[in-house]
This record gives sequence, structure tokens and C-alpha cells, in this order.
Amino acid sequence: MSVAGGELAGSIPPVSFTLGADGQIRQRLRLSRGFMWLCRLATYASLLVLAVLLLSIVWNSVGRLRWDFLSSHYSMQPDRCGILAGLWGTFWLVLLTATFSIPVGVGSAVYLEELAKDTWLMRVIRVNLSNLAGVPSIVYGILGLTAFRPLVIQLQSVFDGRHAVNVLGLFRVRLLKLDIYDGSVLIGAMTMSLVILPTVIIASQEALRAVPSTIRVASLALGATRWQTIWRQVLPASLPGIATGVILSISRAMGEAAPLMMIGVLTVASMCPGGIESPGQLLSDPGRLLSVPFDQFTAMPVEIYDWSKQPDPQDRFTAVAASGILVLLAVLLTVNAAAMIVRYRAGRQLRW
Amino acid sequence: MLMGSSVSGRSVPPSVPGVDRNLDTSGHAAAIDVQGMNFYYGEQQVLFDISLKVPERSVTALIGPSGCGKSTFLRTLNRMNDLVDGARCTGLCLVEGQNIMDPAVDVVLLRKHVGMVFQKSTPFPKSIFDNVAYGPRVAGEKNRAVLAELVESCLKKAALWDEVRDRLHTSAMALSGGQQQRLCIARTLATNPKIILMDEPASALDPASTDRIENLIGELCSNYTIVIVTHNMQQASRVSHQTAFFFRGRLVECGPTMKIFTSPVEKQTEDYITGRFG
Repeated sequence: MSVAGGELAGSIPPVSFTLGADGQIRQRLRLSRGFMWLCRLATYASLLVLAVLLLSIVWNSVGRLRWDFLSSHYSMQPDRCGILAGLWGTFWLVLLTATFSIPVGVGSAVYLEELAKDTWLMRVIRVNLSNLAGVPSIVYGILGLTAFRPLVIQLQSVFDGRHAVNVLGLFRVRLLKLDIYDGSVLIGAMTMSLVILPTVIIASQEALRAVPSTIRVASLALGATRWQTIWRQVLPASLPGIATGVILSISRAMGEAAPLMMIGVLTVASMCPGGIESPGQLLSDPGRLLSVPFDQFTAMPVEIYDWSKQPDPQDRFTAVAASGILVLLAVLLTVNAAAMIVRYRAGRQLRW
Repeated sequence: MLMGSSVSGRSVPPSVPGVDRNLDTSGHAAAIDVQGMNFYYGEQQVLFDISLKVPERSVTALIGPSGCGKSTFLRTLNRMNDLVDGARCTGLCLVEGQNIMDPAVDVVLLRKHVGMVFQKSTPFPKSIFDNVAYGPRVAGEKNRAVLAELVESCLKKAALWDEVRDRLHTSAMALSGGQQQRLCIARTLATNPKIILMDEPASALDPASTDRIENLIGELCSNYTIVIVTHNMQQASRVSHQTAFFFRGRLVECGPTMKIFTSPVEKQTEDYITGRFG
């Protein structure tokens, strides 16, 4: 062979391929660009619709959205009508819903993920959790109406003293004098807990599953019990994920109207649960707290629904409804921002 | 010299300081005494009739090809296999004379006395201090002064103190791989175990870090009984007094490390350590 090193170094081998685009590659590039534009269009189209919606709501809200909208009760006069009852109603509803659904939801998730053996029953439960999450919320409303309403009314009558009960046969309990109402905060919160529980459980399960099993094994190997391992390692490590899931579920509970209409909450309310209309009252008369769960209430989405179908010749309630939507949106965005902050903060500390 | 005849011309690398590979262990008390152990994952039997004595304050290396059961065996010694569904074990496993297979044995207490270091370093996403203090804390120690002293002494024993003394309260996740593994060793020491099980503790580390871990093993074995699983046969020959060769779930041969590496009795052992298979 006569291929010497010196010859090779200086010569350029003959061209065996071209780099200029020919017809076939142009065709492929066109397709590629077309696909990109289609995706871009899909994104911008939905953004555009959202922007138009928001703008029209802002436009419509002009004329009512002032600070006194937040501090006024319902009124037949659109100019004086406000969202105060809905704000407090939603606040108590969400507070009680969280009280019920966080311990039950996180507890169930811990049991399903960390403790339960992989039995037939557990598999059925796991699969059906996602089915439950997909059940329309109005169905839970019907459940709340038929199951929780009689239960809570029974409870109310006990508190009410109408059927004063003997405790251990020693003394008769006659706690508070309350009126019995349908659609109380307690029934609402129990129903709403059912609506969001599947989501809370699934989100918590995901968060627990994201904790590497090496952490559990290492903790157990150091002589920690299962409980200590869960409480000191697994839960802290999964807390950001759980918190995010919980907060997003809570924001769903804030926006739901259907289950609340089903259990018969007020649509027109001129009182807040417990008669508490400002944080100051809450501090000055904490005793009112006791009656909050049993009081009738309304929530922001229910009020908005009601306003939007108010018969008014000059269509003046449109501004009220639009203002309500904006307030609800602002609250929801605040809550979601909180979820983002939680996730971001924790994400910086936890790297596996 | 001690070069064996049956493996002619094989040289064994020098041991780390503190390890005598010709140690006659027959006079030592057995820290672990396994008799006729069989182990099953469901229907599948993984360990067959294992009998092995681990002398006190020495290093025993478990070698063998992947899937030979050496890691499973190691995990039975502090009952980490309990975590696996369908795992079942028969036979006797005496740790300081007590049968740890006994259902009455409290695994939490057992694991306090028989510590474990894993292949992948697994620091908790907490500070260095909290990592080391974790074992004593879950055992109920709350006194900060006691904990601080313990953390310092364990980090010193694990040869990590000088590198982290100024940042005890920073995240352990920021340490390098080798430092993390020494932290895991320090964390294990903090529960004051008698026995330390190591499952390929250096296989994910660079040569310099591996060297540090091996020297550390040599230092620790004057106070602790160590059982180490390793794929690296040079490592086994450097750090252990006694070597046990596992093959297909059976303990083929066990003896002083020098003897196993120079003049093993069984043909399978010789084939494995000369690299003919595995």
C-alpha cells in the first residue's frame, strides 16, 4: 500500500455528500416549521380567549368594583350590593374544609403509601381513588344533602338543647341556644371535604412516593421506628408536595358552587356566619366562633351565580357579578401564589 | 513468604493498617454465629444452609458474583429484609449469643446494635449535625451537650471532623460523595453499635475516597465488628481479616483472607479470585 502519512495530511478527500438542502429536505423542514406554528397557534389562541374573557369582566365590573364592595352585604340596589357575606362564608367554609380534609387526606395517604400491605382491598382502594377524583362535584352535593344534613341537624338539635342529652347519666347538657338551619357551614365543609379528599390523597401519595426509599431504609437502619421514620424523615421531605396539593385542592373548594347549591346554602345572604363581619369582632367576641359551624352561609361562587341571573331591566347586576368574579379570582390567585412559593422555597432545600 | 502454591504467582496487595490477614480467628469470640440459614423471597430460595462465624473486632469480607446472595445475607444480619414482602428466613443467627430470628426480638433495638452503611450514600436532607444526631435522637437523647459531644466524637472517628467542623449546621447534601459516605459511617457510629454492616460502601466513590474509606475500616475494626460486602476483590483482600466466598446462594468457602486469596481449598473460589468467571 502506498498510503503514506504525508500524502494524507495535505489532501482533501473527494466530496461524497452535499450539504445544500435539496427538495426532499426542504419538504421536511417546511413540515417541521408548520408543526411549530400550529402548536404556537394553539397556545396563543387559548391565551387570547382568556385575555378577552378577563378584559370583558374587568370592563363589566366598572361601576361597582370599589372598596365598599368588599364590606357590603347583599342589596337590591346594585350600587350598594357587596360580597361581604360570601367572603366570610368562603373563609369559614375553606377553614373547616381544610380542618377535615388535611388530617384525613394526609393520614390516608400515609397509610396507603407507607403502612398498608399490598392486598387486594388496598389495590381496589388505590385504583378507585382516581375514579373518585373524577366524580362530578354535584354528586357529592347530593351525598351531603342526604347523608350529612340529617346528621348535622341532629347534632344541632343536641347543641340546641331541644333534645337535651344526658352525659353519662350525670348531668344534662344544654349548651347553646341556636336556630336550626339547612345549608350550614358544617354541612358545606363536610360536603366540600368529600369533593377534595380524593385529590388531597392522590397529591399526598405522589409527594410521599417522590421521597427516595433510601431515606426510609437508612432511617430504619439507624434504629428508628416506622412512626419516627415517617414523622421525622418522610413527611418533612414530602411536605412541599403535600402542601402544594392541599393548597390547590383548597382553591378548588373555593370555586365550587354546585355542591353548595345542592345542600341548600343561601343565595341571598345579609348576615355572616356567627355574625362576624370583621377580624376585630372575631377578637372581641370569640364566643361567636361556636355558632359559626351551625349558621347558614353563602359562598362567593354561589353569590356570583345568583347575581348573574338577577332580573334587572338595566342589567346593572352584571357589574356586581363581574366584580364578584374579580374578587374570587384575586383570592384564588393569592392562594395559588402561596402554593408556588411553598414549592419554590422547599425545592431549593431538597435535592436528592 | 506467604504466597500460596495453588495460585502460583498471584500477588496480594498490601493490607490497610490495622488488618492482619493471617489472623487465627479460632480463639476469638464470635460476634455473629450463623447456623444453617435458609432464606426465601416468596417461593424462591436465595440462601442455602449458610453457616458462618464472624469473629469479634475483625473485618469479614463477603465476595462473590452478582446475585450470589451476599447482600441478602448481610441484610438478614440486622433484619432489613423484614421490609421486603414475602421474605422468609429459617435457621439460627446468633448475635452475641442471642437468636435475632426470634419473633420476640425487637428489630429497632437490634438495628441500634447492628448498624448498616449502604452502597449509595444516603444523607438525610438535613444539616450535618442533625444527620449524625439522628440515631441518638430517635433513641430518646435530647440533651444538646451530650449530642454535640457525640457528634464530634463520631465525626472524628469517621475522619470527617476536620473537613466539616466549621459547617456542622449546613446541609449534608452539599458534601462530596466521599464525604457523604463518611458522614453515613459517622451516623451509624452514633448509635453506638457493636457490629457494622457495609454493603459495597465504596463502589460509588473515586479511588481517593475509596482509599479513605478502606483506611477508616482498618481503624474502626479495633473497636467494632465489621462485615463488608464488596465486588472489588482487591478491596476485600486489603481490608479484611476473613473472607467468605458466596456462589449461587451457597457459602463456598470461608477462611483467613490471605489463605482465601493465595491457597483456597475449593476450585470455584480459585476460579473466581483469579478472574476466570464472575
